[in-house]
Amino acid sequence: MSGFLARRLGQSLVLLVLVSMVGFAILHLAPGGPMSQFASGSDMTQEDLDRIAEQLGLNRPLPVQYAEWFWRMLQGDWGRSYRDGEAVLNVIGSHLGATLQLMLTATLLAIIIGVVIGTLGAIRRHSIFDTLATVGAMIALSIPTFWFGLVAIYVFSVWLDWLPSGNRFTPGDGSPLDLLRHLILPAMVLALVETAIWSRFMRSSMLDVVNQDYIRTARAKGVPEARILLRHAFRNAALPMITVLGLQLPTLLGGALVTETVFTWPGMGRLFLDSISYRDYPVVMGILMFSATLVLLGSLLADLLHAVADPRIRLG
Amino acid sequence: MSGAPILDVRNLSVRFRTEGGDVPAVSDLSFTLDRGETLAVVGESGSGKSVTSLALMRLLPKDSAVTVTGQALLEGRDLLAIPEPEMRKLRGGAISMVFQEPMTSLNPTTPVGAQVAEAVQLHRDLDRRAAREEAARLLDLVGIPAARQRMDDYPHHLSGGMRQRVMIAMALSCDPGVLIADEPTTALDVTIQAQILDLLKRLQERTGMAVVFITHNLGVVAEIADRVLVMYGGRAVEQAPLRPLFSRPLMPYTAGLLRSVPRMELAGRRAGPLPAIPGNVPDPRHMPPGCVFHPRCAHHQPGRCDAAAPVLEAADEAREVRCLRWRELAA
Ligand SMILES: Nc1ncnc2c1ncn2[C@@H]1O[C@H](COP(=O)(O)OP(=O)(O)O)[C@@H](O)[C@H]1O
Ligand code: SF4
Ligand SMILES: [Mg+2]
Repeated sequence: MSGFLARRLGQSLVLLVLVSMVGFAILHLAPGGPMSQFASGSDMTQEDLDRIAEQLGLNRPLPVQYAEWFWRMLQGDWGRSYRDGEAVLNVIGSHLGATLQLMLTATLLAIIIGVVIGTLGAIRRHSIFDTLATVGAMIALSIPTFWFGLVAIYVFSVWLDWLPSGNRFTPGDGSPLDLLRHLILPAMVLALVETAIWSRFMRSSMLDVVNQDYIRTARAKGVPEARILLRHAFRNAALPMITVLGLQLPTLLGGALVTETVFTWPGMGRLFLDSISYRDYPVVMGILMFSATLVLLGSLLADLLHAVADPRIRLG
Repeated sequence: MSGAPILDVRNLSVRFRTEGGDVPAVSDLSFTLDRGETLAVVGESGSGKSVTSLALMRLLPKDSAVTVTGQALLEGRDLLAIPEPEMRKLRGGAISMVFQEPMTSLNPTTPVGAQVAEAVQLHRDLDRRAAREEAARLLDLVGIPAARQRMDDYPHHLSGGMRQRVMIAMALSCDPGVLIADEPTTALDVTIQAQILDLLKRLQERTGMAVVFITHNLGVVAEIADRVLVMYGGRAVEQAPLRPLFSRPLMPYTAGLLRSVPRMELAGRRAGPLPAIPGNVPDPRHMPPGCVFHPRCAHHQPGRCDAAAPVLEAADEAREVRCLRWRELAA
């Protein structure tokens, strides 16, 4: 177990370094750096610009810049935002809550609905319900999230005027009900693809399990059908879903980015896009490293959970 | 044995509708099983043995592609006709089954003790604790060492032989009148196989249950059976008490099966590879006309055996045979 942990943590660290290198390179090699931002925004002289470049270290060779950034990050100094000089970790921290709220709500919705749909679909395979669920999942998986978000806004905010079209709360309100009303649409939109994925995984896992010999054994000893499905089959089918939880994190983060943008949700996804367009290198790199760590830890945690829940698995 | 048979199977047929055509997996099969008796059902792979046992347990897929006809009277109640809730009470109670694959037949995420206790609780009026106690007793009864300590083991902690003992404990938990054992030792190695056979014999003596023992291994048949039913192509082709069948098989297929078993194995020991009967079991979608065995039969008479289908006829008061030429061949 500790051997497994050490190996996985080692792998994760190597991956993080690789991610940071690639991310850093792409960011810095992309046309239009922060200097052109500064230059276009105000009436600075060439001298001013040179001074800023010198201060931020942007005039040095890329490998040197990377090494410096990396070294500081290891010491806990993730740099300061180019926009307002705020420490990167503080910037991320102030946006994290909104993202976590959105992602957790969407994931919870997706798991509950997806697992129920997938289980029912497997039990009543090829029924009308199963066919509808299959077609629905295909559609959900093929609709781009931003498009679904815009449709949701149009229907529920513009047309029906039931729910707000963006932001986390109404300025000056912020009651639990107000928060909830703002959360519904983005969480629904983010949950859609996740639900489709969960229902597909759950359906195939359940189908796999109901054809196993031990289900036949349960029938042979006279277990009622409902108990076979709920106790014997469901438990075995749900176990591998824990791994899906870990695997889904990158998709979820990507979906959150789009959803936050569509719904002007003040989370990390929007911060990330804003920071890219502002060429706010320290914040972009900070979010990149933060979410990469989150993904790697998430999949590690999912594997550990799976091992705890499944008596057959022993990590070594 | 006296009195009516405990199980009376009449004209059982099972047909699967598949995309490649109809599969008549079992055709017009009739047999009886007396109380306390062991009937061995023998035949090569694909002859319809498992389908027969699953049909009796009503464990075949419940969809329109499967047609089961006939009767299977268990102490007078027709297993193929009673409503599902009633059948569910009989399953694992009055009639239970042990499967061929001990490695996959137990639930991997439930401790074995709980799996046995579940069977106990389903059919007997015991609370959780008493059911657990009973499960420990059963595991001990089937020869699991330190049974009480193994209650909380998961199946993957146990060897194939031990798992099969757990399956047997589960099947016996409610004192069934009939136990169907579908190749219970085929997946096990030879020494374990012998232990499981001994166990089954011992338990049978103790409980007086009747056993349908399915196997393709005639060495095992010699060990355990009172009577033998030979199946071929989903049909009964010969039925006889053990000794007469082994000393004087009437149907050429039975004779071929017996010839393919080395004497040593019949004495209970393993020998080299068996010279099988040439050819293969027929594809049930394209059953040969006439006698279904004729393409492989050394005594096949062209124009006769491939024209008329033989019926199962009584050879004497205890034997039945399905062959057009059995009288000539026996002479
Ligand atoms: N679910 C099914 N659908 C179609 N054909 C089946 C099904 N189950 C069994 N069969 C066919 O029925 C025949 C008898 O199979 P089986 O009873 O398993 O043979 P045995 O147990 O004697 O080896 C085989 O030809 C097999 O292919
Ligand atoms: S009927 Fe003919 S082919 Fe069939 S077993 Fe008898 S002799 Fe052989
Ligand atoms: Mg079989």
